[in-house]
Amino acid sequence: MSAGVEVVEREFGEMALNMGPQHPSTHGVLRLVLHLSGETVLKAIPSIGYLHRGVEKLSEHLAYEQLAPVYERDDYLAPSANSLAYCLAVEKLGSIAVPRRAQWLRAFVCEWQRVASHLVWLGTLGLDLGGALGGGTTLYMYCFREREKILDFLEDLTGTRYHTNVNLIGGCRYDLDAARAAKSRALSTGIEAALPELHAMAGGNAIFGARTRGVGAISKDLALSVGVTGPVLRASGVGYDVRKAMPYDAYGELPLTIPTRSAGDALARYEVRFEEISVALALVRAIGDGLPAGPIFSRKPIKNPKATKLPAGEAYVAVESPRGELGIHLVSEGGAKPHRLKINAPSFANLQVVPHLLPGRLIADVVAILGSLDPVMGDVDR
Amino acid sequence: MPAVEVVEALRTRFSASASPLGVAVPAASLLEAARALRDAHGYRFYVLASATERSEAIDLVHAVRNLDTNDTLFVTTPLAKTALEAPSLAFVWSGAEWYEREVFDLFGIRFASHPDLRRILLPDEYQGHPLRKEFPMDTPWGYRPATPKPEAAS
Repeated sequence: MSAGVEVVEREFGEMALNMGPQHPSTHGVLRLVLHLSGETVLKAIPSIGYLHRGVEKLSEHLAYEQLAPVYERDDYLAPSANSLAYCLAVEKLGSIAVPRRAQWLRAFVCEWQRVASHLVWLGTLGLDLGGALGGGTTLYMYCFREREKILDFLEDLTGTRYHTNVNLIGGCRYDLDAARAAKSRALSTGIEAALPELHAMAGGNAIFGARTRGVGAISKDLALSVGVTGPVLRASGVGYDVRKAMPYDAYGELPLTIPTRSAGDALARYEVRFEEISVALALVRAIGDGLPAGPIFSRKPIKNPKATKLPAGEAYVAVESPRGELGIHLVSEGGAKPHRLKINAPSFANLQVVPHLLPGRLIADVVAILGSLDPVMGDVDR
Repeated sequence: MPAVEVVEALRTRFSASASPLGVAVPAASLLEAARALRDAHGYRFYVLASATERSEAIDLVHAVRNLDTNDTLFVTTPLAKTALEAPSLAFVWSGAEWYEREVFDLFGIRFASHPDLRRILLPDEYQGHPLRKEFPMDTPWGYRPATPKPEAAS
């Protein structure tokens, strides 16, 4: 620098930055209006609704039998949990029995999708943290390689990689034979063996720890008041899991451990989710080994989907989706269509904590915090 | 099942009555009842807000949970269709903020002293409240931008 040049630092004041709705780190179409001072966030205003499809209005115009596949499109990373919550609500209101084998099979598919969903979360978290993890694409590719095997297995079992449509009111659609059970067991041990490698790339990486430790800490009081659910709640020291608190389907009979942390930061959320992968794999093995014999559908074959009617009344049923408590509040006034159906989406509740977390953090922390909350915008906007 | 003694306690103080999934509380005493639920009865976890349209009223629904007793209580508040206003619970459970915005967006219920009562899922200039039963599916009132399209340059 020559002697005649003077460096002047200017104070530019507050700047509003639109992050999204097409920002890759927002896991979909989330828009954040960030008020910045330099690189520090002063205020964050999330704007959602870009993926609103009016599913709740549509529910009031379709027959009960037609609706389960619709909800699989809500949370597209764990489709079966959505239709399972719906089927459970209809079964509760209509007092429809579900054969024991079908209950186990539903849990089986949900747990496989939990592993697949957590692998997507881990891979995209690697992308979010990007440069810190050597480009991030390595972790992403390794996670998606394992996830691809799960999708191939689900395609073999149900004919569909993704929206398996396995849940029916009163049972499930596809049965597990001995050959596929053996395949499932081999696959689960294979993925279990790959986990240390994934952990070495993420949680075992010193830069990963520095980017997530103490970042976006949610206190227990804030977690309860906002009503965050799932791994986000369990990382804040509340060991609440719907599978344990309100067991549905086979979960009352299965061995279930609930990973919990008390720090509440992004690293704690990473640790809880990562341990949940192992827990889900253990559940898959337990279901494959102990699957009871019997029928998988309790009702007569459905000839006219509009003939299914429910008595007047209301019911609330929740399941533990990979993102947390996914509840269906179903109100019937008698008839073949729901009078009102409210989907309580876990991503909606978890995203609501964002304006509480971002002020005072740097822009680089915004993507780490969002990635650790794991929102799915199809679930938020419905 | 709703905790019977909680419903009984609310009945005398806030003129509440039992409802299928919990308790029905009139709008006038909703805010006080919510504070009592959180502070005296341990319902510290916020679950959801929703609404259900009945023939003559719209039922506003809040669900809260006591994690110690693992009890989820649905607090229903019937609102006459001519007076769709209820007190906001966003200062009791901050989770109510977005859920109440959603109910406002889709049902048109206004929440008194809500910190930020704007539409949340639909665009700000949207007309009507789509989850009302009178809102038809083949609507002529669908999304219309507030400003007309600029005419093509000739």
